[in-house]
Amino acid sequence: MTDVAYIDRPNRPLYVYAIFYLAFLYIPVMFLPLFSFNDNIYITFPLKGFTIQWYVAMFKDQPMWAALNNSLRVGCVSSAIATLLGLFVAKAVTRYRIPGVKPIIFVIMLPMVVPLIIMGVALLILVTRLGFNLSLYTITMAHVLISVPFAMATLISRFEGFDPSMEEASSDLGAGPWSTFWRVTLPMVAPGVLASFLLCFTISFDDFIMAFFLGGTDPTLPIFIWGQLRFPFRLPGVLALGSLILIISFVVVFISLWLRRWGVEDTQSGI
Amino acid sequence: MIETTIEVSAPAPRSRSWRGRLYAWYLSSDALKGFTLLSPTLLVMGFTMCIPFGIMVVMSFWTQIGFEFDTVFTLGNYAEAIEKPVYRALLLRSLTISSICTVVTVLVSYPMAYYVAFHVRKRKMAWIILMTVPFFSSYLLRIFAWKVILGYNGVINSGLKGLGLIEQPLAFLLYSPTAVVITLAHAWAAFAILPIFISLEKIDRSLLEAATDLGDGPVKRFLGITLPLSMPGVIVASLMIFIPTVGDYVTPTLVGGPDGLMIANLIQAQFGLINNWPMGAALAFDMMLVVAVISLLYIWLTRKAMENIA
Amino acid sequence: MTNNDAFVSLADVSKHFGSVVAVDHLSFTINSGEFFSLLGPSGCGKTTVLRMLGGFESPTTGEVYIDGVPMSEVPPHHRPTNMVFQNYAIFPHLNVRANIAYGLRYDKIEKAEVARRVEEALEMVKLPGFGKRRSNELSGGQRQRVALARALIKRPKVLLLDEPLGALDKKLREEMQLELRALQESVGITFIFVTHDQEEALTLSSRIAVMARGKALQVASPKDLYNHPVSVEVADFIGQMNFVKAQVMDVRNGEALLDTAGLGKITTSASSDFVRKGAAIIVAIRPEKLLLSAERGSDGRASVQGTIKTSTYLGDRNHIYVSVDGCEKPLAVATPEAQASGEKPLDRESTVWLSWADNALILLPHD
Ligand SMILES: Nc1ncnc2c1ncn2[C@@H]1O[C@H](COP(=O)(O)OP(=O)(O)O)[C@@H](O)[C@H]1O
Ligand SMILES: [Mg+2]
Repeated sequence: MTDVAYIDRPNRPLYVYAIFYLAFLYIPVMFLPLFSFNDNIYITFPLKGFTIQWYVAMFKDQPMWAALNNSLRVGCVSSAIATLLGLFVAKAVTRYRIPGVKPIIFVIMLPMVVPLIIMGVALLILVTRLGFNLSLYTITMAHVLISVPFAMATLISRFEGFDPSMEEASSDLGAGPWSTFWRVTLPMVAPGVLASFLLCFTISFDDFIMAFFLGGTDPTLPIFIWGQLRFPFRLPGVLALGSLILIISFVVVFISLWLRRWGVEDTQSGI
Repeated sequence: MIETTIEVSAPAPRSRSWRGRLYAWYLSSDALKGFTLLSPTLLVMGFTMCIPFGIMVVMSFWTQIGFEFDTVFTLGNYAEAIEKPVYRALLLRSLTISSICTVVTVLVSYPMAYYVAFHVRKRKMAWIILMTVPFFSSYLLRIFAWKVILGYNGVINSGLKGLGLIEQPLAFLLYSPTAVVITLAHAWAAFAILPIFISLEKIDRSLLEAATDLGDGPVKRFLGITLPLSMPGVIVASLMIFIPTVGDYVTPTLVGGPDGLMIANLIQAQFGLINNWPMGAALAFDMMLVVAVISLLYIWLTRKAMENIA
Repeated sequence: MTNNDAFVSLADVSKHFGSVVAVDHLSFTINSGEFFSLLGPSGCGKTTVLRMLGGFESPTTGEVYIDGVPMSEVPPHHRPTNMVFQNYAIFPHLNVRANIAYGLRYDKIEKAEVARRVEEALEMVKLPGFGKRRSNELSGGQRQRVALARALIKRPKVLLLDEPLGALDKKLREEMQLELRALQESVGITFIFVTHDQEEALTLSSRIAVMARGKALQVASPKDLYNHPVSVEVADFIGQMNFVKAQVMDVRNGEALLDTAGLGKITTSASSDFVRKGAAIIVAIRPEKLLLSAERGSDGRASVQGTIKTSTYLGDRNHIYVSVDGCEKPLAVATPEAQASGEKPLDRESTVWLSWADNALILLPHD
């Protein structure tokens, strides 16, 4: 006999299914690291032997470093801005009774579902109409737009996890709005802020579509990879670079999602 | 004793200047404080989403002449979008591929969400994170991975050949609508799980116990209670997959081949090689309208269906 | 000791949350140095009143004055009030010492003085040596003390307390009541105290506002509330009370002749103007003001015959329920334990006599 409630009894077929499901999610991308160590210019079985030459070649690739540098800069700036905006929104919607707040949230959430190509071309049209050049700045702007919904969702779940009377107690004790923000609100939502930053950063770092439409002559890393895909002899290099990116972004996202729920009890506040 | 700790001052008549009153109004109005905080984000969203979208719609009524635009209002682009068979065919194919992809993804993800919601007791959070992480990892690289797997000399073909199961590589794997469906389903699976999981998690366990108590078996209990109560999550999940996938163009470009091209490829081409921006804008808006109508219809139909069951 | 200025006053204050009227045209004044309680069932608007005093909600209409100053233009951090929150709101990322010192930063006090005052405050709430602890290392009672010290160290003109003892168990709560009262007397600050526990309010307060549905039913000292409630609702809420319907037969020279449903015809002094000839009123009497005896008394007091139905044992006394012809419900009679276990046991269904003194009756308007 087990001590599990009747409704919650374990279910073996479902468990097996879940394992297969996870395998379906993860195994396809595992082939990238696998072939990145294969000593063969063609990506095919059987494996020929172990090599790190693709990694070595990648590290010597100057354009790759330039693209990486661009991606890092765009990622840091756009996620900082998106997180700040998300912070304001989260504070506003969780702490004040605002008429018409539902449609406002809906609009801010739109970039999460509207096809990216639509926002890409719309922004492209705006930017060229205004006579701006396409550059890393225009990419940054686009990345802020597509990151804000995720920043907002992350921070709202963090704000909901802490009692508004903490902020009231602070202002009751004489702290003005700014002082309360720095001394109470920020320390309490800090894990959420970090989580939001990391999540927005990976979104920006991985984005191809917005950068494709709004990029100028300076490529970000995904644009650089896209360029490499046209040349078959470049593919092993893409495998090496891609493996590194995948592993790093897995780790960063994992930390971010973990931080987001850290110290917050309920698992229900999802995306 | 009182007098030592409290200075009781005479009631001072307070000046009630207009600034003071404005401040009092600000203090008393949640809406005002809230909108002050919302304003930066609303400004940014307005500038980077609403205004661009408006300009795009306006541009869709223009005509391209060489590198210039003729800004005279015309419905020509829309007429072309509706009349030209290739546009219609591509839109229809996009809708078909996305619908199949949505159905497959939701069907495949439901049991998974169900498992985590009802049968995982410890480390629920770890499971959720494990399922969500792939969604945020490089989209481009995940598509590339499928190219590696499905390719002519790819993982499956070379693997099967190595095992001696096939002589010639299976050509239909890559560059086909099937490849697009598989790749998209894999890419969006994580996004489908969360809404379904959340709606399942919200179901009060005592309802299920009550149903069992009243004599329902597991199947009846699922069909009678769990499924209807989780329908909102299923609806959200379907829309969250259907809407973005209709507009995807990277997947068809990389794994679709000529038979797997979708409407978004055409839109992208209008802004690239073909260089007819107004046409591209019209196609984009056209696609949005169709998607919006289908989504609303879907929501309406499922609502009706649920009311009939209830 | 106190100067009886109206120190805190609410002038016709209402608060609406959408369609919910949380506070409904409330007006009362609180004097300097008072221990003033807001008493009422949950949901009657007590917290909302307190939050309007602290500045966390603004009145929909009306104005709050503290020390003669209208408060609508004063944000919470500039008000001369401090609050002990219902859940204490101890900052979890700061230790006890930093929590207590939190508000002193805005009073421009030197570091050494801050340290001294924090130690003093810890002494005052009997938590010396707890300065380094975090809020999750404190029990409920200790958190309550930290919250109290954190608010009092600011030396506010008014201290607001929102059911501060509600989360504590009964024994600790009674201990804290005594301490709170002593503390208030020693610091002399005006306390405004919210509770739904009538016994707690009676024990602590110099005056009590009994609230229901956002309105104040009666504002009076504990003694007046107990002995002279102004309505059936107040009388029912404070302590236990028997109610009997009555008709006013006649009023003459401050004496009213009543025809009661169960207690017979009674003459009693009456000065309230609702006691008019022909009016329907309610006569109320406390269980401890009824005297139970086996025989009819011979002292000339008013009395009535009844039958014992049940009794409840309350430790120091018994409540015996006696049904009387004409009364809707059996009347509760408080008897000391000794009498209950006296030589002649009072059996169920045995016939007894109830008597009372003239001045024990309270006349209330029928509502
Ligand atoms: N922020 C709010 N929004 C909407 N209704 C509220 C809010 N705060 C209080 N109320 C309502 O106002 C009434 C009074 O609440 P409250 O002052 O908390 O009562 P009490 O403290 O006496 O239990 C209740 O009906 C409550 O539901
Ligand atoms: Mg309350």
